[in-house]
Amino acid sequence: MSALDNARMAPRIGLSEEQAQLLDIAESFCRDKSPVDKVRALIEEEGGFDDAVWREIAELGWLGIGVPENYGGIGLGMGELVPLVEHMGRSLMNTPFVPTVLAAQALLRGGSEAQKEEFLPKLAAGSAASLAVCEDHADWNLENLTAAATRRNGKLVLSGKKYLVLHAAASDIVLASVALDGQAALIIIPADALEGRMTREKIIDDTQRAYALDLDGMALDEDHLLPMEMAADTLAHIEQMASLLLAADMCGGAFACIDYTLDYLKTRKQFGKLIGSYQSLKHTMVDAHQLYEKARSHLYSAAHVFGEQGEGEMAVHMAKAEAGEAFSFAADRAIQFHGGFGFTYDCDAQLYRRRAIMGCALHGDTRYHRRKIAELMF
Amino acid sequence: MADFDQQELTEFTEAAAAWFKENTPHDVDFMLPLTFMEVGTDQQFNFLRDWQNKVYEAGYLGAHWPKEYGGGGRHRAFQDAATKIMAQERTPIMLNAIGLNWTGPLLIDRGSEDEKQKYIKGILSAETIWCQGFSEPEHGSDLGNAQTRAVKDGDEYIINGSKIWTTQGNYADYMILLARTNPDAENKYKGLSFFLAPMKNSGVETVPIKKLTGEYGFTQTFFTDARIPANCLMGNEGEGWLIAMQTLEYERGARSGQAGGHVMMMADPTDILGLAREAKLNGRPAIEDPAVQEELVALMTEARALGLNSRRDKIQPLAQDRPMSLALGSKLSSTDFYQRLNAFAISLQGTRAAYYVGDDSAHDNGIWQRGYLNSFSATIGGGTSQIQRNIIGEHVLGLPKS
Ligand SMILES: Cc1cc2nc3c(=O)[nH]c(=O)nc-3n(C[C@H](O)[C@H](O)[C@H](O)COP(=O)(O)OP(=O)(O)OC[C@H]3O[C@@H](n4cnc5c(N)ncnc54)[C@H](O)[C@@H]3O)c2cc1C
Repeated sequence: MSALDNARMAPRIGLSEEQAQLLDIAESFCRDKSPVDKVRALIEEEGGFDDAVWREIAELGWLGIGVPENYGGIGLGMGELVPLVEHMGRSLMNTPFVPTVLAAQALLRGGSEAQKEEFLPKLAAGSAASLAVCEDHADWNLENLTAAATRRNGKLVLSGKKYLVLHAAASDIVLASVALDGQAALIIIPADALEGRMTREKIIDDTQRAYALDLDGMALDEDHLLPMEMAADTLAHIEQMASLLLAADMCGGAFACIDYTLDYLKTRKQFGKLIGSYQSLKHTMVDAHQLYEKARSHLYSAAHVFGEQGEGEMAVHMAKAEAGEAFSFAADRAIQFHGGFGFTYDCDAQLYRRRAIMGCALHGDTRYHRRKIAELMF
Repeated sequence: MADFDQQELTEFTEAAAAWFKENTPHDVDFMLPLTFMEVGTDQQFNFLRDWQNKVYEAGYLGAHWPKEYGGGGRHRAFQDAATKIMAQERTPIMLNAIGLNWTGPLLIDRGSEDEKQKYIKGILSAETIWCQGFSEPEHGSDLGNAQTRAVKDGDEYIINGSKIWTTQGNYADYMILLARTNPDAENKYKGLSFFLAPMKNSGVETVPIKKLTGEYGFTQTFFTDARIPANCLMGNEGEGWLIAMQTLEYERGARSGQAGGHVMMMADPTDILGLAREAKLNGRPAIEDPAVQEELVALMTEARALGLNSRRDKIQPLAQDRPMSLALGSKLSSTDFYQRLNAFAISLQGTRAAYYVGDDSAHDNGIWQRGYLNSFSATIGGGTSQIQRNIIGEHVLGLPKS
């Protein structure tokens, strides 16, 4: 392996003390608050998450981790969110945590001073938010915008639709991307403006909640608009942040899914033997595990160098590409290796497989991120 | 954290870099082996033996091994730094790999004082070459079933049987030998014992075996009433399996203590980028083909993951979910990776893929073709990839034995 230590390659990885502590805390918190029967119970509820858990997350200060102190946060970085989201993924936990921190970070990056002062302290304290950046064209390119804003009578009047807006119904604000004068723009939509404009979408992952937003005719004051000059940069930043956190969620999911399948392979017998003793299953599980280990190394490397130009972007693309592949493979085999039971709704394998598909569908699958790496590399 | 002088390490590293820059031979007019398993000619052997000796004398091999046995007595970080430079400079490999990286650490960890005094220095200086006699014609993966016999006779053991795939067997002075002392033991493992057996001995015959590349590198080794002193036994009778397993941990990189120095010259994964730019597919540089790009990215991503895995293994909170996972997984993941890397490299060459080392039409003198064929040494030797999957499945994932 020494050739890989070559300076040209030397990829970096590290763990801050805060990350190590959060890893510990998140592990027990998520395990306690999100056992799988609870996950399944929440599927049946309209909102899809437990308000009490959400409030505890806020009290723990996790929503303020990436928010600077002068806006009411703790002032750490995106890297510190990774251990949390990884463990949420392991426990199939679902709350507005990820959309809220993404919206906060987007505001931090691209908002005006007044907008930051108004919203960041609220978001850091437990007011939920979300991003509306997906459209019907299904393209991952966030600058491909058909939803639009035009100026009329001193107001910004919106048109078009946004899709896959996570936990929109629970959000106090939604940050939407629209085209304005032919350019990308981001605009803050308060919850009251969304009244009657939200439709819950039927998505593959039953543990999550996503909504379509109808923007046609919605009129907002000019001060809802984020400064235009930062919009393109902010959208690029959103892709990076979302990819990092989705990679964390999927790495967590892959680990839990492998663990779940191993349990079955160690208890189920056929032909008088535990099925885990059969090499076609055992060796495949090893392959899944090896893929997961590589993905996790990429994840913590990306968390470590996040935000660095070039190196940071490359690491995030790799992390998302590999996490998507590892989780998809592990969950696909999880269904197969549970036999007939694997085909049932009762078997957790489907929860993982659906979450993996969702994780790849949002902000780019493996092929998309590899293409991005190719553009950076060649 | 570190219990050594950082300044001293910096100076050592700079001196090592300068030394290797100055002393690495570049004008070799014959093909050098890329790994210690490919030493096929006397010319290669003599060259590499001199080279290892020179590196050792300069203080860049076994720098962290105990001084009283011939090592440098420094902190491990010193040797790691020197080893890294060797890999970067792509110096010729260290010849005596089985001595340096398996036998040596084993002796230091559990050898007697006499054994350490007798063997360690010769291992470092390449004066005494070591080979490994584990595999037999009928028992490879099922190593615990080895049947080569060792029968005690006064103050000697008499050895009979045959070992095979003995790397450097024809050059070796000593063999770490796994032999059966008690055929009636309660199970196959308990009947095995571990010997430090002299090879230049009557009754020991080595017959070179031609490898798939057409070159030589290993032998079949025959023991016919070969007598070795009884004190060649390491530990006690019946401890052979235990000691052999510890040896394999060194071999597979799952346990540390090696003398350092690189013993395998792996292709640098980034070299393949150069190849993809030069090689033509359908009349265009291969690197312009989107399908090639995607596969290239996947391979480069994987190469990085291997490097990251070994670093992550040292970050305790990120390596504790399944202890030993990264250490036991590294042989499987890296050997498998290099095999696919080489195969992919061949696939970029169009009709040129047909040429081999020695033909002017071969790309880079056939280095990828040769590398691919040789890559199986690592996916088969030291426990095959399938056996590695059994080990990881059982010892890391806790699955029942097959
Ligand atoms: C280049 C090279 C150098 C070597 N140097 C040395 C050396 O110096 N000293 C030494 O002692 N040995 C050496 N070996 C031998 C090596 O350790 C053995 O070849 C290896 O352990 C496999 O044993 P085998 O060749 O008998 O194959 P077999 O064990 O017969 O295996 C044949 C096939 O069956 C598979 N298989 C076997 N058992 C199982 C199982 N339980 N589950 C799933 N699949 C299985 C194997 O993976 C393989 O694909 C070397 C080998 C090579 C290639």
